[in-house]
Amino acid sequence: MSTVPMEYYLVLSAFMFCVGVAGVLIRRNAIVVFMSIELMLNSANLTLVTFSSYLGNPIGQVFVFFVMTVAAAEAAVGLAIIIAIFRNKLTVNIDDINIFKW
Amino acid sequence: MINLIYLTVLLPLIGFLINGLFGRKIKNEKIIGTIGAASVGISFLIVLGAFIQTVALPVDQRSNTVELFTWLSVGGLNVKFAYLVDQLSLTMALIVTGVGFLIHVYSIGYMHGDKGFWRFFAYLNLFIFAMMNLILGDNFVVLFLGWEGVGLCSYLLIGFWYDRNFEKGTTSQAAKKAFVVNRIGDFGFLLGMFLIYMTFDSLNFKEVLSKATTFPVTEATFGLIAIFLFIGATGKSAQIPLFVWLPDAMAGPTPVSALIHAATMVTAGVYMVSRTSIIFASAPAVMMVVAVVGLLTAIMAASIGLVQNDIKKVLAYSTVSQLGYMFLAAGMGAFSASIFHVMTHAFFKALLFLGAGSVIHGMHDEQNIQKYGGLKKYMPKTYITFFVATLAIAGVPGLSGFFSKDEILWSAYANGGFIFWLVGMITAMMTAFYMFRLLSLTFYGNERFDHHHVHPHESPALMTIPLMILAFLSIVGGYIGLPKVFVGEHGNLFESWLEPIYEPAMHKLAHFGSHSHFEEIMLMAVSIALALSAIYFAIHVYNKKPQIAENVSAKFKGFYNLLLNKYFIDEAYEAVVVQPIQKGSDKLLWKYADVKIIDGAVNGLANLIEKLSGVIRKIQTGATHSYAVIMMVGIAAALFWLILSL
Repeated sequence: MSTVPMEYYLVLSAFMFCVGVAGVLIRRNAIVVFMSIELMLNSANLTLVTFSSYLGNPIGQVFVFFVMTVAAAEAAVGLAIIIAIFRNKLTVNIDDINIFKW
Repeated sequence: MINLIYLTVLLPLIGFLINGLFGRKIKNEKIIGTIGAASVGISFLIVLGAFIQTVALPVDQRSNTVELFTWLSVGGLNVKFAYLVDQLSLTMALIVTGVGFLIHVYSIGYMHGDKGFWRFFAYLNLFIFAMMNLILGDNFVVLFLGWEGVGLCSYLLIGFWYDRNFEKGTTSQAAKKAFVVNRIGDFGFLLGMFLIYMTFDSLNFKEVLSKATTFPVTEATFGLIAIFLFIGATGKSAQIPLFVWLPDAMAGPTPVSALIHAATMVTAGVYMVSRTSIIFASAPAVMMVVAVVGLLTAIMAASIGLVQNDIKKVLAYSTVSQLGYMFLAAGMGAFSASIFHVMTHAFFKALLFLGAGSVIHGMHDEQNIQKYGGLKKYMPKTYITFFVATLAIAGVPGLSGFFSKDEILWSAYANGGFIFWLVGMITAMMTAFYMFRLLSLTFYGNERFDHHHVHPHESPALMTIPLMILAFLSIVGGYIGLPKVFVGEHGNLFESWLEPIYEPAMHKLAHFGSHSHFEEIMLMAVSIALALSAIYFAIHVYNKKPQIAENVSAKFKGFYNLLLNKYFIDEAYEAVVVQPIQKGSDKLLWKYADVKIIDGAVNGLANLIEKLSGVIRKIQTGATHSYAVIMMVGIAAALFWLILSL
């Protein structure tokens, strides 16, 4: 198990995070943006687990559970919001959702 | 009873609260009137008990303090809410609660059927509460609380009939005038208080008065304090130059004129001068100012009273004039004589006003004495009591007014000189004249009212019984202060009773008694003769030969008009003080300072912010992506900074 160097995990995590950021910034579909955010969260989780494992400190893993719990709740709320928006505006394109504009 | 003295303040307050809060619901006039009168009546009994208890004490223990609680404690300033029960405050408290109680009872009859009945009694009780604080307070701050409180009640009661007209304006205008003019005086009084605290480091009467005799304070400081306090007194007690509010105060119901604007509140200034007698005695120049102002006020107001035709106006100017007498006495160092006159004046002037109220009541709110006449047979009880009061104020020997007025005139002669006596004597003659003019025009002669519309009738017993009690007091009230020339050095009970209060002041003044008894008796005889001749003259003119009055007024038309228009003092104040302030406020303060500068600054700031935000708000695009990019860049920058700074 310890044959895989830590850097691999970290690079993978950084890559996932960048994919998430790119998705949030580039895509217009709210659901895709939402999924990208989940990706970023999971990349952060991966980093936490990695460090926890290599440093032999379980706190990182405990932390991950919390992140996952919050992410689950956030997913439920976020999806509900997106559905509500869709029912009102018949679109999930975030460029069309700008009612707070001045 | 001395320890219960706080109840005399508390009971009227409770009466005020009950009538003020629930009076509209209670509605029943008997209950409201009983609460109002009883609270003052019980207070009177308590004061009487405290008085009897104090009389029984030896002379050096007659001054007691009743402490309630610490009111203010800030730095070196420590003000206790405490009442001082001594000879002076007891005397005043007896007058206020005694006369006040009679007037409350009278008011039940007088205000019968008025839609503001409950409000009237609430205000009257509030007034007694404030006045008792003024009298009993053991320091300047409690006195000032009462001082402002009576001013407030005076305002409320002058404007009591706020929907009625009064002369050229409304009663509210008269009320405002009283309040504003009083505030000018109060400002002087406040300055005096500050100066006292600066000089003596205390506001407690006992401390200040004892320090005033021992501290090395210059006469100039004393003079400044005294003049400020006296300005306060001129406001409250209607002296030149602040007397203009009192005649207008007659816009209120007549019992108010009797209680507040004749018998009690207006004597607050005299009481205050008397209480701080040592400060005044330490400033001889100011004493002279007090005496001269009092004398001028007395003769000026009396001369105006000669020609007025409104029954309450005559009495109002008479009050101003008599208050001038009290200040003349105080300025001459005869403080106990001034308080003696406060007392006798409270009796007969309250009686005169209540009698006038009874007449007005019977004549359906007609106040012009030219439209009275021959009322003697319609209102016998009112007539007899009014007659007694008129005799008393005119200085007819044997009645209370004679003794107090004579003592003042004698002190004016002994300490001031012949001129003071002469002017005082002329004033006394005028007083006798205008009072008998009033009496003749009202009760004697032809009936000049319209018989079809006006049916004069005697007032109910609730009103006439207080009149009779006051008439009795007006007769016998003087016998506690008989002239020393008849009864010896300690025969004047009133003066020996108050002597300890004024002892330090008398010690400083010490210029009494270089005149012979013969002189005093001579002057007394002269004043009696002059008063009687003035009375005879008035009755002769207004009863038998009315054309004399018309001839005289036609002959001296200019002077007559001057008097009738009250020396145009109101008009002069209007032109010199009121108009410039009004114009200045309108043109400069409102249309320039307020509109241009203050509003301009506020609006300008708002405009500036609006323009700036018009530029800044463009940042809010509403596009989610731009927010996300900015957030990302921000987080990245923050991370970089963190990593670099490690």
